[in-house]
Amino acid sequence: MVPLWMYLAVAAALFSLGVFGALSRRNAVAVLMSVELMLNAVNINLVAFWRYSETSTDLLLNGYAFTAFVLIVAAAEAAVGLAIIITVYRNRRSVIPEEAAALKG
Amino acid sequence: MELNAISIGFVVFTIFTLGGGVGVVTTRNLFQGTIWLMVSLFGVAGYFVLLSAPFLAAVQILVYIGAIAILITFAVMLTRSVTRVKARYIRLVPSLLASFALFLILLLGIAVPVFGEISPDIAPVTVASTRDLGAALVDENGYVVPFLLASVLLTGAMIGAIFIARDDTA
Repeated sequence: MVPLWMYLAVAAALFSLGVFGALSRRNAVAVLMSVELMLNAVNINLVAFWRYSETSTDLLLNGYAFTAFVLIVAAAEAAVGLAIIITVYRNRRSVIPEEAAALKG
Repeated sequence: MELNAISIGFVVFTIFTLGGGVGVVTTRNLFQGTIWLMVSLFGVAGYFVLLSAPFLAAVQILVYIGAIAILITFAVMLTRSVTRVKARYIRLVPSLLASFALFLILLLGIAVPVFGEISPDIAPVTVASTRDLGAALVDENGYVVPFLLASVLLTGAMIGAIFIARDDTA
């Protein structure tokens, strides 16, 4: 069996990659892809902790079910985020987040 | 860690996950970035199999690779004329430093038991099955309320996405 800390280390590396992409990419679609990487890192952590935790009968499924709900929210987030990107592109001919600054004070 | 099928699978899926992640954040062509994203998500699905959650692995393949990656491909195609922006990055050095510092902090949190010991290296033998998850999702003492809220959220997100992306002039 692979020890727990290896899963946590991989998830930390994947999350850091996602943070780097979300902070540094110029294209909004690439930023959204990096956010998906971060969500997946969190899912790895949740499932790993669920698998390695001492199971009592009450809390048997918390990590499992929580991961399923994270997947659902990620799907909703991707749909709405891409719709926003396409609308911004149609109005401004740009997918660079810094150029969508109409609300900037 | 002895050499067996699980550890070999772990190494392979680690290469998939982290290699795909590096591809996503470094590639210039976003089409290739989508392919790298699929590779990375497939590696995560492999982890779910290793962690004895086969249902989540199937959902990961269906929802992420089947739906979200295809959706991102459509977005890349619809914003095609500027997908080859010359400069890939802004704030490259600060982002690199910040994410690397975050990685070191996370590794420190894994290695040093700040929040108590976290190293049960042996997983329990018995584990909940997909049948248990299905029963818990519709159990009134389980997750039936979040389950219903999730369906409302998905409906709202679908209607909202159609409304936002609708072309008024067409």
